[in-house]
Amino acid sequence: MEKQLALQMRGITKRFGSVLANDHVDLDVYRGEILAVLGENGCGKTTLMNMIAGIYFPDEGQILIDGKEVVIRSPKDAFIHKIGMIHQHFKLVDLFTAAENVVLGTESGEKYSLKAVNAQVAQIAEKYGFRLDPTKKIYDMSVSEKQTVEIIKVLYRGADILILDEPTAVLTPQEITRLFDVLRRMKEDGKSIIIITHKLNEVMEVSDRVAILRRGQHVATVNTSETDETQLTTMMVGRRISLNIERTKPVNPKPRLIVEGLNLYNTEGVHVLKDISFTANGGEILGIAGIAGSGQRELLESISGLQPVESGKITFYNPKKDRPVSFFHKSIKQVRALAEQGAFHDRNLNDVTFHGMSNKAVRKWVENGDVLFREDEIMNLRDKDPLEIRQLGVHLSFVPEDRLGMGLVGNMDITDNMMLRNYRKGKAGFLNRKKPRAQAEEIIRDLEVATPGVTTPVRRLSGGNVQKVLVGREIAYTPKVLMAAYPVRGLDINSSYTIYNLLNRQKESGVAVIYVGEDLDVLLELCDRIMVMNGGKVTGIMDARTATKEEIGLLMTKTEERKEEDA
Amino acid sequence: MNIWLGFLIDSLAFGATFIYGSTGEILTEKAGHLNLGIPGIMCMGGAGGCLVLNTIGKSGLPPFLIVFLGILGALVFAVFSGLIYSFLTITLRANQNVTGLTLTTFGVGLSKVIVSKLNPVVYLVSTRDYYHWPFAAEKNSLQLLGVLFFLAIIVALLSSWILFRTRVGLQLRAVGENPATADAVGINVTRYKYLATCIGSGIAGLGGFYYIIDYMCSQEAYLSVEALGWLSIALVIFALWRPHMTIIGSTVFGILFSLGGFITNISWIKVTMATTPLLKMLPYVVTIIVLVISSIRNKRENQPPASLGLSYFREER
Repeated sequence: MEKQLALQMRGITKRFGSVLANDHVDLDVYRGEILAVLGENGCGKTTLMNMIAGIYFPDEGQILIDGKEVVIRSPKDAFIHKIGMIHQHFKLVDLFTAAENVVLGTESGEKYSLKAVNAQVAQIAEKYGFRLDPTKKIYDMSVSEKQTVEIIKVLYRGADILILDEPTAVLTPQEITRLFDVLRRMKEDGKSIIIITHKLNEVMEVSDRVAILRRGQHVATVNTSETDETQLTTMMVGRRISLNIERTKPVNPKPRLIVEGLNLYNTEGVHVLKDISFTANGGEILGIAGIAGSGQRELLESISGLQPVESGKITFYNPKKDRPVSFFHKSIKQVRALAEQGAFHDRNLNDVTFHGMSNKAVRKWVENGDVLFREDEIMNLRDKDPLEIRQLGVHLSFVPEDRLGMGLVGNMDITDNMMLRNYRKGKAGFLNRKKPRAQAEEIIRDLEVATPGVTTPVRRLSGGNVQKVLVGREIAYTPKVLMAAYPVRGLDINSSYTIYNLLNRQKESGVAVIYVGEDLDVLLELCDRIMVMNGGKVTGIMDARTATKEEIGLLMTKTEERKEEDA
Repeated sequence: MNIWLGFLIDSLAFGATFIYGSTGEILTEKAGHLNLGIPGIMCMGGAGGCLVLNTIGKSGLPPFLIVFLGILGALVFAVFSGLIYSFLTITLRANQNVTGLTLTTFGVGLSKVIVSKLNPVVYLVSTRDYYHWPFAAEKNSLQLLGVLFFLAIIVALLSSWILFRTRVGLQLRAVGENPATADAVGINVTRYKYLATCIGSGIAGLGGFYYIIDYMCSQEAYLSVEALGWLSIALVIFALWRPHMTIIGSTVFGILFSLGGFITNISWIKVTMATTPLLKMLPYVVTIIVLVISSIRNKRENQPPASLGLSYFREER
C-alpha cells in the first residue's frame, strides 16, 4: 500500500523574542501512521505542534495538508483542517460532563441536544475501544479517563490528524498499554497520529517513524524499525551520554526515619493517608511509586510538619555527633558489653570490637579517644511544625513538587532564596547576606545553573535550573533525611541525570533519601527499595533490584479495580 | 383589596428589582467577571430611563412608544456602563473588584446628578400609568404589577434556559469556568465575556429603572437604588448562580422588605416608633444568614464559576 501524505511542514520557524524556538523545521506525516516526535525539554517540539494546532502562528514557513497550503491561525482553523491536539495539561471544564466537554465549541446546524451527543460519544468510545461514561463529570474522573475525554473530543470533531503531547506522562503502565492499543486501532482506521514524548521505550514500542528535534532544529526522521535507543539518544542530545544511573550498594543502612500507623484527614475530611508504616534508612534511597494523588504529597508534607496528622508516630533517629568514649560512669566490663552491641566505631567509622584484646589495650584506646561512641537520639517529629523540627536540630530537607509555589519564591533572586533556609541567622534583626551569597555562587558553580547571575529572579530561570537551585539549597543544609517529590518533572535528560547523581551522592554520604517519582524505569534504576502507594495506603515495599515494572504497576492500581467491582 | 393579597403583590413587585439585578450579575459572573459595579449600573439604568422619559414624557407619543423608549434609554445607559467595565477588565485586564467599586461610585454619583435635575412631574407623573398600561384597571392602581415586572420574570427564565439548555449557554459557562479550555476549542473568549457583561449590565440597569418608575414611583426613589444593587449581588449566591432561582430569592427578599411596613398595619400587633427601624433591618440580617449558609455548602455545582475574578491571558512565552 502506498503511503499518502497527510501533513507537510516546510521551513517552519518560530521566535519568541530573541529565542529561536523552531528553526526551519521540515516534517512529513503520512496517513495511517504513528509518528513520534522526540526531543529534550525545550527543544521546541511542543511549540512546533502548537503551530499545527493553531495555538501559535509560525513566523516563517508553510503548512500543507493533503498537498494544499493552509493557514492555521486559531484552534478553530485547525479543526476545520481536521487537526486535533491533546494537550499535556488537559483542557477540560471540570464541572461539565464528558459529553458536554466533547460538544463544547462545536457548531453544527443541528439542534443542541445533549442526548444525541451522549449517544455519539458512546459510539466513538465503542469504535476505538475506550471505556467512558459520557454523563460522568470531569471532576469525578481519573487522569486516564480525562485523557480519554480529550481524545474523544478531537475525534468527535472529525480529526484525521491527532497530536498527543506527552500522553503517557501521567498514566500507569497498564493504562499506557491500553492507550497504545487505542492508538494502533486509530492508525488502522487511517488516522495520522503524532505523539510527542521523550521516553525512548515508548517510541520504540508504538511508533512507525521517529522525528528527532534538537534545539529547535529537525535533526532527522528515521523508521523505528531501523533504529535503536542509543542512536536515538545520540541524535536527541547531540552527543553520546550514558543512560545508566550509578547505583551503589547501600553502606551500612541504619533506620533514620520510622513512620508507624500514620493517618491523615485533609481539610475536606477525606481520609488521605491510611495507616502508613515504613522505615527510611540512612544511606539508602527509598522510592515512592504510585499514581499521582495517592497520598505521596500528603505523606511528605506530614513528615515535614506541614500537615497535622490524625494518629501515628513519626520517629527520627538523629545521629548525634560521634563522641569519644570515656570511662565516665562505666567500668571496662560495661564498655566491652557495649562494644558487643556495636555501639562503637573508630575514626574511620569502622565497627570496633574489643574481642581478643587485653583490658590494658582497650583502656589505652579509650583514653586516647580513638574509639567513638555511636548514639542515635530518638526524636518524635509528630505535631511539630517545620520551625520546631529545625530547632530540634533535625536536618530534614524537603524538595516539594511545586517548586515555585512551595519551594522557592519566584520573584526573589537566588541569594534571597538561599536565605529562606537561614533567615534567622544574623545579629539583632539584621540579615547576614554574605554567606547565602557565597552559597548561591557555590550552587551555580557546582550544579552548572544557567543564570545571568545571583541577582536574577528565580522565576526567570528554566525549569531545570529552578530545580537545581532548590535541590542545591536543600542539600547545602546537610540533611539527614532528604525528601524529594517529583524532582525531575519537566526536566530534560541532562538535568534529570544531574539530579539523580546529586541524590546518589547524598545517599552515599549516609543521608536517608526519599524519592517520589512517576517514571517507573527511573525508580527501578535509582532506588534501593520502592514503596508503592495506592489510594493513601502502602500496598507494598519491595527491593528495587528485583522488582519488575508490572509488579509495581499492579500494586499501584490493584485496589482501585477491586473497588470498581464492588460498586 | 385583601390585605394579604396586597402584601404578596407588594412583595413580588418589590422583588422584581432584585430579579433584574441578580440575573444581570449572574450572566456576568458566568463569564468569569465579578461585577461589583452592578449598584452603579442599576443607578445609571434608572437615570437613563428617567432622562429619556423627561424629554418625551409630555410629547404626546403613543404610550407603547414611551414605554419602549424608556426601557431603551435605561438599557443604553446601563450597557454603556457595562462597556466601560468590560473594556477595563477584559481588554485592559484591570482588577475586577477595584473597577467594579469605582464604577459603582461613578454610577451612583452621576445618576444622582442627572435625576435631581429632572422634573418629576414630567418623567414620573405623566408616564407612570403607561408602565401599567396593559394591565391597569384604573388610573391609580399602583399596587398592581406592571409591564416591567412580567419582563423581569421572562428575562430570568429566558436566561436560565439559555445558560443551561443551549449551546451558547454551555460555551458561556465554559468561558467562566475555564477560559483557556474554551479558547482551545475555538470559542471566542473575549466576545463572550463582552457580550455577557454588557447584556448582564443592561438587564441590571432595567432593575434600577423599574424600581424608580414602576415600583416606587416617587421622586426620592433613585436615592435607594444603590443599596438594592448590593443586595442583588448577595442574592446571586442565594440563587446558586441560576437565574430562575432569583425569582424565589427575590420574592423572599421582597417579603422581608415589605414585612416592615406590613406589620405596622396589623391591628393586633403594636409597633412603636422605636421598633420600626428594627423591622427594616430584617432583610439585611437574613442576607447575612443566607450568605453564611450558602457558603458552607460543598457541592461542586453550587460553587461560583471557577475562574471568577481572574483575568484571562492567552498563554504566551
